[in-house]
Amino acid sequence: MSKTHVTTTINGDAVEFLAEPGATLLDALRDEVGLTGSKEGCGSGDCGACSVILDGRLVCSCLVLAPEVEGRRVETIEGLAKDGHLHAVQQKFLEHAALQCGFCTPGLLMASKALLDANPDPTETEARYWLAGNLCRCTGYDKIIKAVLDAAAELRQERVA
Amino acid sequence: MSQLNYIAPTTADEAVKALAAAGARPLAGGTDLLVQLRAGRAKPSVIVDLKRIDAARGIRSEGGGFVIGAATSGAELSEHAALVKAWPGVVEGANLIGSTQVQGRATMAGNLCNGSPAADSVPGLIAARAVCVVVGPNGRREAPVEQIPTGPGQTSLAQGEFVLEMRLPPRPARSSDAYLRLIPRTEMDIAVAGAAVNLVLDAAGVVTEAHVAIGAVAPTALLVAEAGAALVGTKLDDAALAKLDAAVRAACRPISDKRGTAAYRTKIAGVLARRAAQIAYDRAGKA
Repeated sequence: MSKTHVTTTINGDAVEFLAEPGATLLDALRDEVGLTGSKEGCGSGDCGACSVILDGRLVCSCLVLAPEVEGRRVETIEGLAKDGHLHAVQQKFLEHAALQCGFCTPGLLMASKALLDANPDPTETEARYWLAGNLCRCTGYDKIIKAVLDAAAELRQERVA
Repeated sequence: MSQLNYIAPTTADEAVKALAAAGARPLAGGTDLLVQLRAGRAKPSVIVDLKRIDAARGIRSEGGGFVIGAATSGAELSEHAALVKAWPGVVEGANLIGSTQVQGRATMAGNLCNGSPAADSVPGLIAARAVCVVVGPNGRREAPVEQIPTGPGQTSLAQGEFVLEMRLPPRPARSSDAYLRLIPRTEMDIAVAGAAVNLVLDAAGVVTEAHVAIGAVAPTALLVAEAGAALVGTKLDDAALAKLDAAVRAACRPISDKRGTAAYRTKIAGVLARRAAQIAYDRAGKA
């Protein structure tokens, strides 16, 4: 079988790539497009390290076939910082030391961004449930949750200002 | 996976043609199929993506009920206020599946056709008396949800058939539903047992119609007619709930595994049915 030609939008840029038969979006991002920020933890949708936003919806890119994104919009960790400025969740992850090895961090940042886009003022419980599909084996999650809630507060301030 | 083709038809007829190929598999959310592909448990020759077929997308009001496209994700269900109001039990069952990420993709039709006895969206659909619109090489047919799964990983769908839509019936006043499952943690796990109850009340609060379905306690989710009958004509007094509990336990044919013993699953199914009945009753009183 031949490769599939896919035209899509990634982080606002028109992108074309050739997908191997059976390749996932994660495979294509990493191996064809050269965006290696999204990580493969489990490859079965359990760990969330490969989280990206597809047409505004948080998904595991390991559970999306690469040709499925034809004509769609994909947002990855590489598009989170804008014009050299970290997104509030990135900044707060640094300030709260919400990472150690960092492997889960791209997925957690994308999941956190999707949360704050959908719910600017989440409770701690809401944040914990929303992020339940993102596994971190280092931090014990407390610092992550604090960083997310702090980022939410900062983004609310920015909206008011 | 070198022999794998992907196509995304835009009509059901095109999908039927594509699925006629040997080894073709339909793709809805992909949260089961892609895991099976990776593990080598599924080796399709062609994957037919249903997500670009209009009829398979989204939620429509029709004939007083709802039509839910087979490729509609759990997240879309939870965002549809009218559906959540009419069928809170159906939606809460679907929303228990997996993480936020999985909810962005996973579908009830996929959950049903994957054939897991513990599929969380299935008891609620059965209790709702939902019907699947199945299309295939011999045309279009309708089948109640409980007739689709036939055993773990097995369905009654013929070669080339797939579920295009699910239909929820019109909702009378004072009706509601609920689904409860037991897992040993709060999130991201597979049901040890589950129970869904769908009730219609009269103006005096007496149950006039009741449907009860249970999951993870038999090779497929089960509609338990005796359990529903135990509630009709009552206001969910203790005697009615005891009869419900006994009818549910009598219907259970569970396995023992690492999630729970057969005896534990059976007992829990009865307890969950009682509690779900009470929630559905309270909701129906306000509906």
